[in-house]
Amino acid sequence: MCSTCGCSQTDQITYSKPGEKIEVVHLHHDHDHHHHGSGHHHHDHDHGNRTILELEQDILMQNNMIAERVRGFLMAKNIFALNLVSSPGSGKTSLLERTLKDLKNELKFYVIEGDQQTMQDADRIDAIGIPVVQINTGKACHLDSQMVFNALEKLNPDENSVLMIENVGNLVCPAGFYLGENKRVVIISTTEGDDKPIKYPDMFESSDVCVINKIDLLPYVPFDVNKVKDYASRINPNMAFFELSALTGEGMDAWYIWLKNQLKK
Amino acid sequence: MHELSIAMSIVSAAEAGAKANNAVRIKKIYLQIGALSGIELDALDFAWPLATKNTMLETAEKFIEVVPAKAECLECKKEFDIQNPFDPCPHCGSYFKQYIRGKELKIKYIEIE
Repeated sequence: MCSTCGCSQTDQITYSKPGEKIEVVHLHHDHDHHHHGSGHHHHDHDHGNRTILELEQDILMQNNMIAERVRGFLMAKNIFALNLVSSPGSGKTSLLERTLKDLKNELKFYVIEGDQQTMQDADRIDAIGIPVVQINTGKACHLDSQMVFNALEKLNPDENSVLMIENVGNLVCPAGFYLGENKRVVIISTTEGDDKPIKYPDMFESSDVCVINKIDLLPYVPFDVNKVKDYASRINPNMAFFELSALTGEGMDAWYIWLKNQLKK
Repeated sequence: MHELSIAMSIVSAAEAGAKANNAVRIKKIYLQIGALSGIELDALDFAWPLATKNTMLETAEKFIEVVPAKAECLECKKEFDIQNPFDPCPHCGSYFKQYIRGKELKIKYIEIE
C-alpha cells in the first residue's frame, strides 16, 4: 500500500523518453481534492447511530475533471489531440508511423505512447525524429487523464502542433476514459472480425472516426467493409470512415486531408 | 478489466466523502450503474475485494441498482427502451438517438458511522 495517501495502488506507472533511464512516478490519488469546492452538497440524515451521506457523485468525475484540465492546456496552446484506440495488432503504431513520416515536414507532431510494458513503440516514433513519451501502465488496461497530464508535463509540446495519443491496445476499457482529446479515432483492421462494432459497441459509440486498416489484404480475408460500416453507423450514425493501408499507403491521402482540415477549424 | 480502476475511483470518492464527515467506517454503499455504462457487474464484483482492501470500504455492504437504458429518437422525438447501443428507434427506425438514462456510473449514497 502507498504510504503517503494510503491507497492500495502498488503498480508503478512509468513515463520515459527514448534513451533515458526509466523514471518511476507514483500517482497519488490526492483524496483531499475531493474535500474543497462548493459543488459538493452532502445531505446528512441521522438515523439513530448511522448517517446516510448522499454523495450523488459520478464515479468518473475525477478522470473527467483532469481531462478538462488537459483540454484547457491543449486549447491554450492550440494543440490538436487525437486519441487512437483499437485492439492490439490493428496497426495503430504503423498508421502513426506512416502519418508522421509523410506529414512531419508540414505539421509539428508530439506523441504519447501507452503500453503495459516496453519502450518498443516509443523507439519506433523516436526513430522518425518525433518527440515522444512512453507511458508504461504496468497492469492498467487503458490510459487515464492523469497519466496523459503527467506525460504532457514531460513532453512539453510547443504551440500550434498535433498531439497523437496512442492508447493501450484494448477495444473495451479505454472507451470510458476521456483524455481531453479533440477526436477519438478507432482503428479496425481487415484481419479482424467484421462484426467487431456490435461486439464492442462502447468504443465505436465514443469514437468520432473509424479507420479501416490493412485494406491491401482484402482479396485474401473474409472481411466485409460495408458490413463494418453498417454496424458502426448503427451505433454511431455520425462516424466518419477512412479505408486505408498504412503499409502500402493506399487511402492515406483522404486521412491526411481530414487531419489538416481539423487543424483549420 | 477497467472495473478495477472504476472500483478504485469508487473507493477514493467514497472515502473522501466519509472522511470529510469524520466517519470511521463506511457500512453501506449504494451504486447506480446504467445498463449501457460499459461496466461488467461480474468484473466489478471480482475487482471489489482487491480495491477495497485496507480501505474504509473493506467491510461495507455494496448495493447496485442497475438502471435500464432509455433513449430519445432524434428524428421522431419519441422515447424508447433500448437494450443494445445498435438498436434502432422502434417507431421510425432511425439510429440517431440520445440517451436519457442507462449510462450512469454513480455513487448514490453511503452509510457511515
